[in-house]
Amino acid sequence: MLISYVIRRIIWAVPFLFAASLVAFALITLPPGDYVTTLAQTLAESGDQVDQARLAALRARYGLDQPFIIQYFMWIGGVLQGDFGMSFEWNQPVAQLIWERLGLSFILEFSTLIFAWGVALPVGIYSAVRKYSAGDYVVSVIGFLGLALPNFLIALVLMYVAVVHFGVDVTGLFSPQYRDAPWSWDKFVNLLQHLWIPVIILGTSATAGLMRIMRANLLDELNKPYVVTARAKGLSEWKLILKYPVRLALNPFVSTIGWAFPQLISGAVITAYVLSLPTAGPLMLQALLAQDMYLAGAFILLLCCFSIIGMLVSDILLALVDPRIRFR
Amino acid sequence: MTTIADPRTIDMRTDAQASQWRLTWRAFRRHRLAVVSLVIVLLFYVVGAFAEFFAPFDPETTSSRHIYHPPQAIHFIDWQADGSWSIRPHVESMVVKRDPISLSATYEADPARKIYLSLFGQGQPYTMWGIFQADRHLLAAADPADRFYLLGTDRLGRDVLSRVIHGSRVSMSIGLLGVSISLVIGVLLGGISGYYGGFVDTAVQRVVELILSLPTIPIWLGLSAALPQEWSPLTRYFAITVILSLIGWTELARVVRGRFLSLRMEDFVIAARLDGGSQGRVIFRHMLPSMASHIIASVTLAIPAMIIAETALSFIGLGLTPPIISWGVLLKEAQNIRSIAQAPWLFAPGVAVCIAVLALNFLGDGLRDAADPYSNEKQ
Repeated sequence: MLISYVIRRIIWAVPFLFAASLVAFALITLPPGDYVTTLAQTLAESGDQVDQARLAALRARYGLDQPFIIQYFMWIGGVLQGDFGMSFEWNQPVAQLIWERLGLSFILEFSTLIFAWGVALPVGIYSAVRKYSAGDYVVSVIGFLGLALPNFLIALVLMYVAVVHFGVDVTGLFSPQYRDAPWSWDKFVNLLQHLWIPVIILGTSATAGLMRIMRANLLDELNKPYVVTARAKGLSEWKLILKYPVRLALNPFVSTIGWAFPQLISGAVITAYVLSLPTAGPLMLQALLAQDMYLAGAFILLLCCFSIIGMLVSDILLALVDPRIRFR
Repeated sequence: MTTIADPRTIDMRTDAQASQWRLTWRAFRRHRLAVVSLVIVLLFYVVGAFAEFFAPFDPETTSSRHIYHPPQAIHFIDWQADGSWSIRPHVESMVVKRDPISLSATYEADPARKIYLSLFGQGQPYTMWGIFQADRHLLAAADPADRFYLLGTDRLGRDVLSRVIHGSRVSMSIGLLGVSISLVIGVLLGGISGYYGGFVDTAVQRVVELILSLPTIPIWLGLSAALPQEWSPLTRYFAITVILSLIGWTELARVVRGRFLSLRMEDFVIAARLDGGSQGRVIFRHMLPSMASHIIASVTLAIPAMIIAETALSFIGLGLTPPIISWGVLLKEAQNIRSIAQAPWLFAPGVAVCIAVLALNFLGDGLRDAADPYSNEKQ
């Protein structure tokens, strides 16, 4: 039953991935003109001779004169073989440019998810069990602020406080000496030393949302008769709460990673821009502004895929935790 | 001895006749935080609507003598040199001191020179909404030639307070306008999906799921990068609003669909249908009014998300661009760590965003609780 559910769910993801690739490609072909027009403009501005024949050759080489649907299939065919096209701006294959940044993006988002879970779960349980206590109010207020404040504002304020009051630079993910160095254990440790700041900034809204969900669910469960029964039988309070109602309240919690993930990726783009992290966001922005279409397209496509796969994983996790899902 | 009230004298009608709107309003009033938030939100909209009047100066007027001028506090008690005093609001003028070595400018208060303020005083003339000519401001310097800066100035010596006030017009209205567009799409698609069910429902739900599973910011960025640069600011403003609402409708569609699904089998809907009411009548006369309060609550909760989205887009330079003034455009000035270290008051638009977003969230939460008849059981 579980296996057939997982297979069905994976098959469902395929049309989604296809639709996402269409969206990504439509987005990068939307701007009026193409890279070649931008290039011609830059050349004209700098006073160079614009060679029409060369421009036409460039167009033909990248298939820019073909209709949309043919361009799309040329592109997606390449993508499926791992060829994301050329970055016009960097004059390098896109595939060489994106993986390290996407990897760092993934590390950042995954750590944030772990952080959000690790904080939201115990705090949510605490504020449900100690409902209307001072701690609950404090947590609720912080949660509300975390939900309402945009990530990039928190990032800006934190940057300001760090620079003005502590004289520390919180931007980037590596110290200068490791920035272009090959991967090593020291570089990894250095990454961890920098990672926690963006993780906390990004994690605030996700943590706040998850906390509220956990609290609401647990509150619903705590009033049920089985809890009263267990308490009447003399089970110790914490053991009782952790063993029964928390387990039930966990189900909606698991299913929320699904929607937390796309939001996390979204938030990461802008926060990374503010903190100038070497992740996918800033390079994607630059590519979009320069109409470097294949580079921008690869980022949009892969971020969308991340997000869809995140949803998929959370659905499968939910089926593992809650057997009722599998039979639906 | 106790007197027992005669049951016949108790007037039962007031309660029995309270409409759903009345009940909702009553439940809402009990939510004190939500009521306060309602007042704040209304204030923001009023200030935004009459920005020219509330702003002490024109937001574009530059002053080369007042670059990065720090905020001035309003003093109410006016001490004279001879020790007498009177109540007369004023700010102390500030003079530039230049460090002889680093040449960096610092401002110092000059208690001797006071700028008196007056309510509804004459200031810079303006044209409200491009129609009315006027020159009265809520707060103006007694001498119209004087300038005062309650929130400081930016790198061109423009008054930050005036800019934040003008920004609230664009930022708050973009939320309202964007939500109106997504409301139309959401109610239409959610309604169709929930009312007809079956294949249509599945199709709409798949689209909603797809949109929800995609990260919004990269898509918004892609869409706004596609906007032609030569568009006029107003066209750009509308285009950005449409872009934001293209994705924002999904949540509303889900709410509407859920309500339609649960209402479809309610007795009063079946009765209306059996009475021969046309489909349009059943939907618009019977079903939509009974979910209106829910829709209003979801709409209120959708506005802050729009405001944040606009702010974020403009902040990274892909949303609105000058000469339009929005909170996001203003925050772009605060992007540079050197300028905020020198002028932390450039965060003011960020504070405005936070207050507006928090108030809208509390208001929406209060409305949602009030609109839900079952939430009363807990009280």
